[in-house]
Amino acid sequence: MNKILNEINSDRECAIFDCDVERDIAVDDKYKRKNNPNIPDLAEGTVIRHYTALSRKNYALSTTFYPLGSCTMKYNPVINEKIASCAKFAEVHPLQPESTVQGSLEIMFELEKALCEISGMNNFTLQPAAGAHGEHTGLLIIADYFKSRKEKRTKIIVPDSAHGTNPASANLSGFEVISLKSEHDGTLSPDKLKEILTSEVACIMMTNPNTLGVFEKHIPEIAEIMHANGSLLYYDGANLNAVMGIARPGDMGFDVMHINLHKTFSTPHGGGGPGSGPVGVKSFLKDFLPVPTVVNENGIFKLNYKNKKTSVGRMKAFYGNFPVLLKALVYIKSIGGNGLKEASVQANINANYVLNLLKDKVAIPAGNVCTHEFVLSSKGSLGDGVRTLDVAKRLLDYGYYAPTIYFPLIVEEAMMIEPTETESKQTLDEFIKVLSGIIDESKNNPELVKNAPSKTPVSRLNEVEAARNPKLRW
Amino acid sequence: MNIPSNLLYAKTHEWAKKEGNKIYVGITDHAQHEITDIVHVELPEVGKKFKKNQPCAVVESVKSAFDIYSPVSGTVVEINDAVLSSPELINQSPYEKGFFFAIELESENDLKDLMSSQDYENSIK
Amino acid sequence: MNYIPVSKQDKQKMLEVIGVKNEDELFSKQIPEKVRASKINLSDGISELKVLELFKEYGLKNISSAVCFRGAGIYDHFVPAAVDEITGRSDFWTAYTPYQAEASQGTLQAIFEYQSMICELTGLDTSNASMYDGATAAAEAALLAVRTSRKNKIAVAETLNPQYIEVIETYLKKQNVKIIKIESDEKTGIVSISDLQNKTDADTACVMVQSPNFFGVVEDMQSLSDIAKSKNALFAAVVNPVTLGLFKTPGEYGADIAVGEGQPLGNKMHLGGSTFGFMAVKKSLEWKMPGRVVGKTTDKNGRTGFVLTLQSREQHIRREKATSNICTNSALNALAACAYTAVLGKSGLKELAETNISKARYAFNKIKNIEGFSPLFENGIFFNEFVFKTTKNIKKIEKELLKKGIIGPLSLAFCGKKYKDCLMFAVTEKRTKNEIDALVEIISKVK
Repeated sequence: MNKILNEINSDRECAIFDCDVERDIAVDDKYKRKNNPNIPDLAEGTVIRHYTALSRKNYALSTTFYPLGSCTMKYNPVINEKIASCAKFAEVHPLQPESTVQGSLEIMFELEKALCEISGMNNFTLQPAAGAHGEHTGLLIIADYFKSRKEKRTKIIVPDSAHGTNPASANLSGFEVISLKSEHDGTLSPDKLKEILTSEVACIMMTNPNTLGVFEKHIPEIAEIMHANGSLLYYDGANLNAVMGIARPGDMGFDVMHINLHKTFSTPHGGGGPGSGPVGVKSFLKDFLPVPTVVNENGIFKLNYKNKKTSVGRMKAFYGNFPVLLKALVYIKSIGGNGLKEASVQANINANYVLNLLKDKVAIPAGNVCTHEFVLSSKGSLGDGVRTLDVAKRLLDYGYYAPTIYFPLIVEEAMMIEPTETESKQTLDEFIKVLSGIIDESKNNPELVKNAPSKTPVSRLNEVEAARNPKLRW
Repeated sequence: MNIPSNLLYAKTHEWAKKEGNKIYVGITDHAQHEITDIVHVELPEVGKKFKKNQPCAVVESVKSAFDIYSPVSGTVVEINDAVLSSPELINQSPYEKGFFFAIELESENDLKDLMSSQDYENSIK
Repeated sequence: MNYIPVSKQDKQKMLEVIGVKNEDELFSKQIPEKVRASKINLSDGISELKVLELFKEYGLKNISSAVCFRGAGIYDHFVPAAVDEITGRSDFWTAYTPYQAEASQGTLQAIFEYQSMICELTGLDTSNASMYDGATAAAEAALLAVRTSRKNKIAVAETLNPQYIEVIETYLKKQNVKIIKIESDEKTGIVSISDLQNKTDADTACVMVQSPNFFGVVEDMQSLSDIAKSKNALFAAVVNPVTLGLFKTPGEYGADIAVGEGQPLGNKMHLGGSTFGFMAVKKSLEWKMPGRVVGKTTDKNGRTGFVLTLQSREQHIRREKATSNICTNSALNALAACAYTAVLGKSGLKELAETNISKARYAFNKIKNIEGFSPLFENGIFFNEFVFKTTKNIKKIEKELLKKGIIGPLSLAFCGKKYKDCLMFAVTEKRTKNEIDALVEIISKVK
């Protein structure tokens, strides 16, 4: 049982720093803190031991299969990490003269070009720090676009199958959300769309394939309907891994989109970030992008602030999550345009393979063909009183990270499975065997599943108590 | 399921109890059972005005959040601080210790749209 | 390079199970011909060796690891080897967001410790699990103040980092909130008390002040906090965490919210990103705070464990009514800060602050004696950053320093007319006496 850091007794007396100038530290008491922070002084070995032990309590992609729908947990190539941590890129101040950071600026320029080619958009901003941040940026762009045309459009259509960040971002950007009820397979019906469309609608926020892993086959019609109404289309890039080299959001009719580099482009999740959410637009919206962007003037790369007045404003300090941008470019260069397409193709094959081997055991609401992910419902397949949550927890006992559960909200007892392309047939076969086994366990030995996990460092935690009596610090 | 006969009910699972010109409001036993363990409540401010059916409070479990709708129009005159520090009171005693707030009734008419205990019981079957 | 562990044979077997001849059949079933693409027009994949060569070329076009006297929000601080060792554990960097708590106790406990450290440093009750950066943390603090007070005015010191002000303006522009800038005293550089008094009233949701401010000047936060309180406004402090090992904490001077840029704690500069922002609040604001938060609890066998909690504030539950839209944050950067703070401990944190102050004062006193240089602010108390006005040619200074591999002070011309002949110097614990002496010598020689 690990101690919490402050429970470890101070065991270090040596100093950390030298000071080769005279100590000149007199500060008026008025500005000084009364007591030292309660953080122990520990020897390096103690700290290393503590955090190494903690790390071993984690499941991680480096040790475990993560069939997490909507997250694209593909392998994180270590060459990305090695290059991004080079001093050449890491020990650079953002305000150095531009002539001294030509390498980094060129990397950002190349990445923007590559993302345009992959997505079918014309311009990108690399500033947003995450997908949700990108959504916020994209919606502000849409808002300013209509403001510049003096059109009062205050509403955004969001499918009921959408990820929670979509309506949250809409609200942050000053829009009212109108929910569009999706069909049983998560797709959107052009007719139902027409019913709720008004001249106040600024855009529709969609992902394609949708959150049930189904390709929106009506997208050409939907795009036509929206554009005829003077509205725009926003693409949530969370599912981009399904379509690289197969279909481009720009060609589907989308006007604005964000990409999650930490999903599609193999940059690591880090336990919850940092991510990166570049936002792409068609050229008629490029003046609204946050500044600076990177331009190439006769071989010299410069930070361009020309559009500051028309841009939506700054979304975060400086230029974006540079190491994440760099890792994404390393990935794109490593596997190449052909490799990106292969990745999407295999992602689709892997998901369909798993679906086909599970379809006789569980309900698959959207039908028997999918793209890079699919959603199953455990309703009717499990033993008495056993729920999707219990199956997810039992998977942990077998060394798998559980798939996404209870999302999308429109499927009861949902479990979303996205294998990604970086899993072998053997891994998938083993996973299917285990999952099928758990379904059987739920009928023959339901208590075992309901009480899972039992092989992890802790068993199910009292979340009610954690919320009623929050203990958020030592 | 406990459905006291001396109370009135909204179809959104709030109960209303008239005491003079004040209406005390809470959620039903059925509602707290469906929500499961309540971990947090947001109550309206005293003095705030609400229209009938306007969302005025929020009840949260670990995994969900639910809007509570004012069963009548009026001004909030009292809130139950106890549920702010001990939200489990709503689960334990939904009709008494776990009440949410009291609202000063604007119009008796609003009460006509609320259900009797029998009608509420039928609606949740 | 190819990371797909599926042989041609296995691929064929899988297609058979799916019941299609080839992948085109799979796609033509689902995707309208009209939107089908054929290929991506980018160069083909290359070997790992070639990738290294390619990025070495990019790297050679950068000047890195220079002697750096520039700050303005991102600082060249020392990062102990232990920090990289800890964040380099693949169990940390390849882990997912800790939704499945039983499988994420490492990440969750580390975040819990991070939250605790931020509370210890800021003197406030509750911290979240991190935000994108200092600028967005400041913007979220403004939103938090507006959300809880339901007032629609905020007062922001004009000496806040200009990029932070820009981000606050972006975040607030659709929220019907007026941003009032509070002026600073020309001579001393600190917030003008009279301007603050005049421009705030009962409709002010919060007063936000940065200390040390963008120009390095330390503010009398107690007095400013008292004024905010007198107007029933929240007081939001934007602070540099490296100062907090020694300086008075936001908690001590009555701040309701403390935010700031976390990069100085254990993160390299990385061209300004990725970093993390921190946010700590008084207990009464806990349920309104944006961002993830980790709590301590027990499992059914009584073992201590950690879990994401207060989740019903967040986007995946509240959707359009969430406290924010945040999903991914900056967990690995916060982990670096946590490891760094653990390596330093309270004594190391104090040493860090004292070393920065000593080096900065040494530099300040030497620069003061250069002909043509005068401090911009009188009687200013600074931490590790300060501003000088100069009669010398600023472009020449930058050029001469660069020739010797030194990234010199930042020209403040972009801040407006008042600052056009000003240079801002940042001096951290990494700057040696020799480096500072060299800086002074080179500048002295410039006309």
